[in-house]
Amino acid sequence: MAQIDQNLIALALIVLLLPISGFILLILFGKRIPRQDLVETSFLFLGLVISVYIFYSKLFVLNTPKIDWTFNWINFGNVPIFGQLRIDLGIAIDNITAIMLVVVNLISFLVHVYSIAYMRNDVRYSRYYAYLGLFTFSMLGIVLTNNLLMMYVSWELVGLSSYLLIGHWYEKKSAADAGKKAFIVNRVGDVGFFIGILIVFSIMHTFLFKDIFAGIAGGKLAGPLLTTAGILIFCGAIGKSAQFPLHVWLPDAMEGPTPVSALIHAATMVAAGVYLVARVYPMLTAGALTVIAYIGAITAFISATIAVVQNDIKKVLAYSTISQLGYMVMGLGVGAFSAGVFHLVTHAAFKAGLFLAAGSVIYAMHHEQDMRNMGGLRRKLPITYWSFVIYSLSIAGIPLTSGFLSKDSILSGTLVYGKLTNNYIIPVIGYTVVFLTAAYMFRLIILTFHGEPRDLHKYEHAKESPFVMSGPLIVLAALSLFIFYSPNPLDPETGWFMRSVTKPTSVVPVDQRYSWDQPEASLPAVAGERGGRMQEFGGQTESVYDETAHNLHYPALALSLTLATLGILFSFGVYQWNWLDAEKLKKRVHIVYVFLINKWYFDDLYGTIVVGGTLLVSKISAWFDSHVIDGIVNGAASLTKAWSFASGKFDNYVVDGIVNFSAFFTGLIGAGFRRTQTGKVQTYIVLALLGFIVIFFAFRTY
Amino acid sequence: MHVGLNHFLILSAILFSLGLFGVVTRKNTIMVLMGIELILNSANINFIAFSRFGSFGLTGQVIAIFVIILAAAEAAILLAIVLNIYQQLNTVNVDEIDKLKN
Repeated sequence: MAQIDQNLIALALIVLLLPISGFILLILFGKRIPRQDLVETSFLFLGLVISVYIFYSKLFVLNTPKIDWTFNWINFGNVPIFGQLRIDLGIAIDNITAIMLVVVNLISFLVHVYSIAYMRNDVRYSRYYAYLGLFTFSMLGIVLTNNLLMMYVSWELVGLSSYLLIGHWYEKKSAADAGKKAFIVNRVGDVGFFIGILIVFSIMHTFLFKDIFAGIAGGKLAGPLLTTAGILIFCGAIGKSAQFPLHVWLPDAMEGPTPVSALIHAATMVAAGVYLVARVYPMLTAGALTVIAYIGAITAFISATIAVVQNDIKKVLAYSTISQLGYMVMGLGVGAFSAGVFHLVTHAAFKAGLFLAAGSVIYAMHHEQDMRNMGGLRRKLPITYWSFVIYSLSIAGIPLTSGFLSKDSILSGTLVYGKLTNNYIIPVIGYTVVFLTAAYMFRLIILTFHGEPRDLHKYEHAKESPFVMSGPLIVLAALSLFIFYSPNPLDPETGWFMRSVTKPTSVVPVDQRYSWDQPEASLPAVAGERGGRMQEFGGQTESVYDETAHNLHYPALALSLTLATLGILFSFGVYQWNWLDAEKLKKRVHIVYVFLINKWYFDDLYGTIVVGGTLLVSKISAWFDSHVIDGIVNGAASLTKAWSFASGKFDNYVVDGIVNFSAFFTGLIGAGFRRTQTGKVQTYIVLALLGFIVIFFAFRTY
Repeated sequence: MHVGLNHFLILSAILFSLGLFGVVTRKNTIMVLMGIELILNSANINFIAFSRFGSFGLTGQVIAIFVIILAAAEAAILLAIVLNIYQQLNTVNVDEIDKLKN
């Protein structure tokens, strides 16, 4: 068994290094390689094959809960004040990792294939593929790591590649600005993440998840500081997963190429935040989880409302992504761990599909993104249309789709949370968003594909995309069906996913857990151990949560189904059958509409407070600089000038005067003594005699 | 009157002064040489006087003989030089023999 484990680790390392080698190859020799796209794509294909093998071995062959491989990176020995300073790094493969490996590689591979057609004739074609490789590498780094340090490094690398790809068309000012915005907004969250890591490291002296969890289980870190550390680490997820209040960068990131939006800003990178929360899940206290749940719920609601009024096809999808990420975060926060991670996986498939399909539409319409200029495309783009419908049904949560399975589990999780805490705010928000999601998705479909074409010229020229683009759409549409995840279309519990991804055992002190997570009999918690409380705590604690969950399963299902159907009907009613006139509706709720179309004024708020504040500070500093600092500098300059003028004068008159005078004096003396130099021996003798006499009398001893 | 050491020293001093006077004042080179001879002889008188009145034995007298020999040799060489100078410059005036000057 150990041998197979080692093999899997080695294979995982290969999967990790494949994209980065492609990146190096393309960056260094990009221009000399004839088909740059095929290099990265074939590397990715290889990586996909290996990760599927890892996935299969890990989930269905091995029964090791977690394969861990650690090596000592730096050992400083015993550092004064700090203590033992030794940094271990490594990779770990558990079920979530194996699943995420496949998800990242699959989506990345499909996007690579899709880009062959979509990005053809691009100015920086090889660079585009190189950056995709860098991104895939970084994302795999996040997925595979078993410590916070490598996680943080990969985290920043992901941010970097995202920045590079958003700004791929940097000649466009909006794209360059969007890249900067994404980078800077992410940095805000990352500061929190970093502080969180430092808090943990300063107490635990290790970055390894398993040691951190063991330390927390041992009571090294508890109380408010533990909650703070959890929330701070979650700050990283707020940034990267575009959660409220740092969600503003994601819609702007749509300035990047559409395949990039699919890969990074819909399926994988933004999921990194959710993945991070899943990774550190055992150390999150009830307080931290509550914060997480509320942040997720607020995010889901705000962005869903904005998505309803957007007209840019990619912006709608961007807000829908934020909303779905909010769902995942909310799911994790309320304790529906498996459901949150499940939604991450299913969402990756159908949201990547939605973006790629949107890309296909944009491609067909010659880079037209405004839905008001589309319409009737159903007949022109049949493959795109039907896959789009499947994705939309999936995101709306209609049975027979993967989205239904995952979303419904999250919703029933929130409902259980509401029931157990008697606080129904989160489930109410969750179900409202179901309605909104269905409404905006079908508004998008109807405006784009149904009805009569509104821009005839572009409509005439539209045609179905080539196979490299439609192929990925078909694959992703298939993956949005229930059958890949669960044999029973109504109950995810029967599927492999829910069996393999179970909620990790919490390691936080018992009184800091959710009430239903507290074991009645205080059994020692096993740190980092995955695999159900069933074996560890027996049936007693199981019952409270699971009984509620079981009782609420069908009500939750019925409620979400009703609301989703209502949402779809609403959109059909307004946009297809014209029961209600959209324009009239807009006028009636004018204030709300203006509020929504301005995205809840978040950008303006940040523009005023953050950007304006920064500008104000820089203006003050500039004033200070030009008046005070420059004044000091100029004053020093004038002072120096005056001083050197004075010292010049001193030099000219006093020093030169002394020198000249001494020369003159010497000359004078010389002239005097020249007289004595007669050249006559007798004179000298007389003088010598005189000198002798003088000396004789001067030194006489009487 | 008893003739003592002081008388010799006074004589020697007078002789020395006369020699020096000759050396300093005379223009003629021959006269200058004669002044030098006087100075040497005044030194000889001193040597012999100290030899007679001091307790140095005959050392002073021996030195005096050496001085006389040296003076003879010196006079011979100097006279030869003076002769040569005269042949070259047609003068023996010390003030005019200033070829090394300038």
